[in-house]
Amino acid sequence: MSDVISASGVTKRFGRTRALDGLDLRVQAGEVHGFLGPNGAGKSTMIRVLLGLLRADSGTVRLLGGDPWQDAVELHRRLAYVPGDVTLWPGLSGGEVIDLLGRLRGGLDQARKKELIERFDLDPRKKGRAYSKGNRQKVALVAALASDVELLLLDEPTSGLDPLMEAVFTDCVAEARERGRTVLLSSHILAEVEKLCDRVSIVRAGRTVETGTLAELRHLTRTSITAELAAPPGGLRDAPGVHGLRADGDRVTFEVDDDRLGDALSRLAACGVRSLTSRPPTLEELFLRHYRDQGAGPANPDARPAGGGIRPVDREARTASGDAR
Amino acid sequence: MTGTGSLVRLALRRDRLVLPLWVLVTAMLPIVQTTGIAELYPTEQGLRRFAASFGANPAMEALLGPIQHWNAAAMGVWRAAFIPVVLALASLLTVIRHTRVEEETGRRELLGSAVVGRNAGLTAALTVTVAANLAVGLIIVATFAGRGYALAGALATGLGYAVVGTVFAAVGAVAAQLTESASGARAIAASVLGGTYLLRMAGDSTGAAWLSWLSPIAWAQQMRPFAGEVWWPALLAAVAAAALSGVAYALTGRRDVAAGVLPPGLGPAQAAPGFGSLWALAWRLHRGTLLGWSAGLAVFGAVVGGAAQDAAGAMAGNAQLREMMARLGGESNISDSFLATVVGVFGIAVSGYAVQAALRARGEETLGRAEPLLSGAVSRTRWMASHLVFALLGPVVVLAVLGLAIGAAYGAGSGDLAGQLPRVTGAALAQLPAVWSLAALAAALFGLLPRLAGLTWAALAMFLLLGQVGALLGLPAAALDLSPFSHLLKLPGGEVTATPLLVLTAIAAALLAIGLHGFRRRDTG
Repeated sequence: MSDVISASGVTKRFGRTRALDGLDLRVQAGEVHGFLGPNGAGKSTMIRVLLGLLRADSGTVRLLGGDPWQDAVELHRRLAYVPGDVTLWPGLSGGEVIDLLGRLRGGLDQARKKELIERFDLDPRKKGRAYSKGNRQKVALVAALASDVELLLLDEPTSGLDPLMEAVFTDCVAEARERGRTVLLSSHILAEVEKLCDRVSIVRAGRTVETGTLAELRHLTRTSITAELAAPPGGLRDAPGVHGLRADGDRVTFEVDDDRLGDALSRLAACGVRSLTSRPPTLEELFLRHYRDQGAGPANPDARPAGGGIRPVDREARTASGDAR
Repeated sequence: MTGTGSLVRLALRRDRLVLPLWVLVTAMLPIVQTTGIAELYPTEQGLRRFAASFGANPAMEALLGPIQHWNAAAMGVWRAAFIPVVLALASLLTVIRHTRVEEETGRRELLGSAVVGRNAGLTAALTVTVAANLAVGLIIVATFAGRGYALAGALATGLGYAVVGTVFAAVGAVAAQLTESASGARAIAASVLGGTYLLRMAGDSTGAAWLSWLSPIAWAQQMRPFAGEVWWPALLAAVAAAALSGVAYALTGRRDVAAGVLPPGLGPAQAAPGFGSLWALAWRLHRGTLLGWSAGLAVFGAVVGGAAQDAAGAMAGNAQLREMMARLGGESNISDSFLATVVGVFGIAVSGYAVQAALRARGEETLGRAEPLLSGAVSRTRWMASHLVFALLGPVVVLAVLGLAIGAAYGAGSGDLAGQLPRVTGAALAQLPAVWSLAALAAALFGLLPRLAGLTWAALAMFLLLGQVGALLGLPAAALDLSPFSHLLKLPGGEVTATPLLVLTAIAAALLAIGLHGFRRRDTG
């Protein structure tokens, strides 16, 4: 069986809110799978369903070949979990918590634990209440990464880490993949996901809106173009498939649907191109498009006035990348 | 002090249910007791009969303080002598809740970054708590005066309650400065309360009155409401409260936010070999409370056992008392009825321990500490059971310690150690079925309706009230029977029948099963 996680049509309600609304998720053995979505999209809820902490209202969920609700104890021997918000027991030292969690999962690689404590620069003698958010996160990460398990479920594991520690984390996940572990990584840090993940699922409002490799996701999307022109780009303004055109002197930047790329380029050429860079959309741009399209009314950005529509996008892109650091 | 006003409003908003509740309950009980007694025993002879039936003797006076005058109001206030202790406990908990808890959770930091003075948090907590105590006092004055009792006595009662509560609000304020953890601060402040209570008991039972004067909890009684009022103990209390508050302010000015005066220690870098199971974790989480209760009840037990011995001694030299007790059913009864009352009181207190231990599971769950454990190879039943063990077996330990301590002190004094030790220990352990049913109620709510699990405290409070004033209010037997404590045997000395104990235990077992089953089937987190 090559699917470590396979879930389809999972729904979960809390009172009147629909936290999961037919979510699908397929994670293959040995891959690092990115699990992306805005706050409240249902990522943590889904991870809790996978852990058998919550029972799905409907849909099918298989985890490591078993039923996460019925076979929870047996399955948990084979996985480790890092919650997004780690709380520790105020009277227990970090070292004690790491050992306890490891032993409850059925074993901890002591040498690896030592190495991880060093790499993450963690003082294991401090008591739970003395740790900062980032250090609490490290305690849970060391416990999970030093456990001898097949599957790692990581729920925004780097939310409290500084950039240096984030880099350590990235290395550790890459090593875990080399050793054949499967990782489900829920994250907001797109650079991290881009660097680490083989495949990505994007969820919104409890549904999977996109899933596949990054290359697949970029397919049928837009290309970003920056060009210096000899003449004003008059013809581009109302060209089909062109979005977010901005002209700054002789410089223009815009995005264009891939199937309209040829048309846009010939219009550019008509203005006299001095320089041209084109690049595939970043994950961030994909991510923002998915959220915004469904969040802010009109699904089609063309419905907004040209030029006027791009500004809020830019602002969001900046805040998003600002958050990521 | 900037921002104190806003923080006071915040505290009132957060406590809008709990605060009025304890203010009203503690303020209304004295008048309820008094009117109940006045209706049932309109004559002084009747009052003496009531006192005797209630077990009034030197030992009982050690527990509640001396009876100061044979009139209904003085008797009512005397009978309600536990209420100032409750008020003191509520006051110190309220202050800690709005100071140390705020710091421990990090909320204080958020507020501290706003335009809020360094002392605003402490000032707001003290303001709210002292105001609540003044409200208690005012309600007491109004209710007694409204019922036509002497205004001076009403004032002394109300003022006495208010100052005792205020002193312990200040004790809470000092304790909140000492430790980083709120639970540590609560333990310190509660130990001070327990210690002062013991001081008063020791003073009243040995006749060394100066010991009682050291105890703030006694100052309300020293004002002698309805028994020739004395006013200056209120001044003494005010000075003590001001001095303690001064200490709290001095300490708060010297330490960092979120730090305590007592330094936190480092722990081991890795766990001991045995620390790898839920049981080991549960022991770590519960041991402090369990050992604290055991130590506390060992001390109380020894004092109470000694007091019971004094009572027997006092009776030997008091023909009148001996005659009265003989009419009530034999000489040995005087110590026994006192011990039975004491054991019953502690049965209710230990239920508080049991409920606290059972609800620990809910606390762990809501704080997100159950999740990492349950995501390990751990069954839900075992995790829940690891906490319930302490809710069920912890009371066995604590009550056994109490019984052994009383039995040893009383038995050694009366020269019948071999006889009294098992007898009194058995009486203490006979409280268990009621204690277990409370713990099991908490477990059932936790399994089925986790959000309502805290209502177990309300149930315990209701049973306590039913026992205190239910009969005086003339409530129907069906209502009184709701309380599991009403079904317990009057031991030592009473008749031994197994049926009520077995029925209570069966109910507890059923509730436990419901709780465990419910928790296996519900969402967690």
